[in-house]
Amino acid sequence: MKLLTCPINGARNITEFEYLGPVRNTDDGDQERLIAHLFFAPNPLGVMPEWWRHTPSNTVFVAERHTQTDAIIKTYLPPGGGDD
Amino acid sequence: MTMRLDAPWGTRIDRDRPVSFSFEGRLYTGFAGDCIASALAANDQWLLSRSFKYHRPRGVLTMAGQDANTLVQLEEEPNVCADLRPIEQGMAVTAQNVTGSLDRDRFALLDRLGRFLPVGFYYRSFFSPGHRSWLKLWEPIIRKAAGLGTISLEPRPVAYRKAYLHCDVLVVGAGAAGLSAALMASEAGASVVIVEQGKETGGALTYARFDAEGTSRADRQLDTLRDDLDQRDTVHVMTGATCNGWFADNWLPVIKDETLYRVRAREVVIATGSHEQPLVFRNNDLPGIMVSSAAQRLMRHYGVRPGRRAVVYAGHGDGALAALDLIDAGVAVEAILAPAGHPMDTPPIDAVAARGVRILTDATVIEATGGAGNRHIRSVRVSHAGSEAMLPCDLLVTAAGYTPGYQLPLHAGVRLTHDERTQSFALTELPAHMHLAGAVGGHFDLDAVMASGRLAGARAAKGAGYAVDMPEEVPATPFEAGPPTPLEPHPKGRDFVDFDEDLQVKDIRNAIADGYRELELVKRYSTVGMGPSQGRHSALPTARIVAGQTGRTVAEIGITTARPPFGPERLGVLAGPAHTHHRYSPMHHQHRQVGAQMMPAGAWWRPAYYGDTARRDDAIAAEVDMVRQSVGMLDVSTLGKLLIRGTDAAAFVDRIYTMAHAKQPVGRVRYCLMLNEMGSVVDDGVAFKFSDDEFYVTATTAAVGRVFSEMVLLNAQWRMEVDIQNVTGAFAAVNLTGPKARAVLDGMASNIDFGRDGFGFLEGRTGHVAGCPVHAMRIGFTGELSFELHTPQSYGAALWSALEKAGKALRLHPYGVEASRILRLEKGHIIIGQDTDALTTPHELGMEWALSKKKRYHLGRTSTMRRKELGLKRKLCGFQLPADPSAEIGESSLVLHAGEPVGFVTSIAVSPTLNKTIGLAYAHPDDSTPGSQIRLRGRCGTDIDAPVVSPHFFDPENTRQDI
Repeated sequence: MKLLTCPINGARNITEFEYLGPVRNTDDGDQERLIAHLFFAPNPLGVMPEWWRHTPSNTVFVAERHTQTDAIIKTYLPPGGGDD
Repeated sequence: MTMRLDAPWGTRIDRDRPVSFSFEGRLYTGFAGDCIASALAANDQWLLSRSFKYHRPRGVLTMAGQDANTLVQLEEEPNVCADLRPIEQGMAVTAQNVTGSLDRDRFALLDRLGRFLPVGFYYRSFFSPGHRSWLKLWEPIIRKAAGLGTISLEPRPVAYRKAYLHCDVLVVGAGAAGLSAALMASEAGASVVIVEQGKETGGALTYARFDAEGTSRADRQLDTLRDDLDQRDTVHVMTGATCNGWFADNWLPVIKDETLYRVRAREVVIATGSHEQPLVFRNNDLPGIMVSSAAQRLMRHYGVRPGRRAVVYAGHGDGALAALDLIDAGVAVEAILAPAGHPMDTPPIDAVAARGVRILTDATVIEATGGAGNRHIRSVRVSHAGSEAMLPCDLLVTAAGYTPGYQLPLHAGVRLTHDERTQSFALTELPAHMHLAGAVGGHFDLDAVMASGRLAGARAAKGAGYAVDMPEEVPATPFEAGPPTPLEPHPKGRDFVDFDEDLQVKDIRNAIADGYRELELVKRYSTVGMGPSQGRHSALPTARIVAGQTGRTVAEIGITTARPPFGPERLGVLAGPAHTHHRYSPMHHQHRQVGAQMMPAGAWWRPAYYGDTARRDDAIAAEVDMVRQSVGMLDVSTLGKLLIRGTDAAAFVDRIYTMAHAKQPVGRVRYCLMLNEMGSVVDDGVAFKFSDDEFYVTATTAAVGRVFSEMVLLNAQWRMEVDIQNVTGAFAAVNLTGPKARAVLDGMASNIDFGRDGFGFLEGRTGHVAGCPVHAMRIGFTGELSFELHTPQSYGAALWSALEKAGKALRLHPYGVEASRILRLEKGHIIIGQDTDALTTPHELGMEWALSKKKRYHLGRTSTMRRKELGLKRKLCGFQLPADPSAEIGESSLVLHAGEPVGFVTSIAVSPTLNKTIGLAYAHPDDSTPGSQIRLRGRCGTDIDAPVVSPHFFDPENTRQDI
């Protein structure tokens, strides 16, 4: 079973995590960009930032994962948080 | 007649403890420590089974549990490896796949009909008479003729367990390499687990011979390794355990007896050794023909002489060493067959020659011939130096080469390459945190094996974070072998490539001739490698045949994909103890006391209705009637509940839900509808504003987890000043509903004014009822006067009892989920997930009113508006039917428009209130207004027209909730 490193709780079994989709610009005002994202979802071959949640501790963070090797490059809390 | 050798042969048996057992109804005696096969061999019983397809006699082949020849049946257990399972007093063993008796198998004539059973023969035959004749006629016949053991239908109960192990280094295989690696890693400070499939550590050190002089050097090395490991309490040795696969990040299942261990290791050392390969020639499957390690295991482990008169095929240096063992054990070695290119001036060859054994150079095996019924080998026909000879023997030992124990590395994505010169596979491109040691890494010289083990152990320890002095690199030391013997089919066949599936050289060739050039297709067409030994013996010869026939190299062909599990596993081990997740409301036992029939709702158990199952429909109708006429109560504790607090709470709720919540007054309750980014409806509920910075929001039972994580994710991006809590389990909740709901509350001690003027529709209050702290909301749940009371879960049972008591005079009873659904359907209140699917928009539901016109943004607004511009393809509408059509129309029945399906029925029920069948369905927008008709496709194909009516079937003016 794969391990994923939660920025708060360290390496845990991946069954403790929930995948929440790729990171994107959430500026909903731009209709065309939103439509493009929803209906022409990116599927790059390479490193993709993704939202993940550690469910027992309710920690939402970003994991950069390589879509070909499934290797997780790094994980971090989203920037701009109140604690930064 | 006994085949036993005297001590020191037989390290595993205790000659002072005889054990009696039966095989095929005959009594045999072996010694404690014997396996079934060795005890039978000691009694000169070599025939163990009949083959899968041709029912040919089969016997000992590997003595390592790697072949299907030795599968036998115990009383309660099929497919037991006779060469691994220890004998027990009174054990009754029978042969498998036998019609009649093992010795006289009636289906043995299939062996002569072999030419009528070509490869791919199932696929090409058995199509007539009639299209179902395969299932009805042929398959049962074939299954009976070609099968493995039978399972007991009255098994003993067995307790299976699951356990977890964590270690710095997991070493798979406890041979010389594995033990060396474990020792090295442990000395560096790492915690080590060693998994060994056999019953003792030592691997080849316990049975093989490494030089002409004898085994004393190997014995000393084994004693030293074992003693050193015994000193170390951070090394955990598991024998009789199988590591059955490799999964991401070194997560490995290890099965030992009835326990499945899930092992998480920082580093893994693969020291799985190699699998000795049988030689391919005509009749290579006769009992009495075995690989060299099998003969050595029989002698050293069990003190059994593998034959009286032997011929040894020495495809490489280990053949002469095995011959020396046979001579030492008193077996007359007729000749050694050295193929062309075999090095002749080695110490073992010299030693064999010095013992007076003939050495035939440039030799190949043409065929073996058997005694009566092919029950045992009688002689072997060989060619050497241009002439042929017939050598009488009762034992043919073959040393034809090895394939690495590559299964676990291949699970991890390691690449398998092939060296044409040494005719051997090699593993390259290992992932991080995996190390090879010993034969699996291409090391065959004992010193190199141990050095490679120490190196792997050091690397593993270093990988796990321990300081270690790194030993030097160890160059690979493959065994010296001549060029490969050609895999030409014998004209008369029976030159088996796959013993499990009875596949001969010509079968593989025919598969290619039938058009299957690729190995994966050859496998599927011919079934090669699909038997119990999973290609351990057939992969290399098959690859060579396919390579030869298609003009490619073995490296290009490779082998078929290796997947877990490595070996068979019992279903009980996988099932193990199951821990199903259930959630119960605090009032669960109160429902059961009054006869509730419980139903699952996600992980929750909810009352479906109260009463006898035989009177289900009447009970549900009575519950509906009770709510409409007087008062009922429903346990809604399973409702999702979210607490949203913070200075941005109102703004946050406003962004999540479609209605205007920013200026929602304190103490007011508002319906809330949630869309996803696609603009589809995902949830609904109510939002009760406790204070300027605190909202209490309900969500549907099934969706709350999703809604909560979506909120948390969005706020990770929005960074608003809110805290979101999922308090679903913290509160119990009761919906008290019906014209007399207020009368019930009037009889209870409370500081809340439940009067019509004091507590308006869609208002909320916080206070206490009957001593229980409550948040009360007046909502329209059933269309009747309804109060929803939320109380901390520890008060749930008390509040429920107090309501029961207060409502007794008014004949208050609980009602269940089934009645609730009908009550809501009568009002046209949609149920998320029942009346919606992943594409439903608010416009399709006729819920434009829920989309705030004042807001610039809420989740999904852009998409839902854009989708509206594209035009609606369907719309939810109400319909009614005069009679009960449950035989014809139900949920999911198709709705047609101009003969084409455009939607489906989402909810349908007989309304006890209206005394007719009502339902909701997606229809073409043109058909969806009251007065139209929709055409429903019945279950039997007949179409039924139904009038479209307002989905607010009952009390469309909503007067009843307003009393």
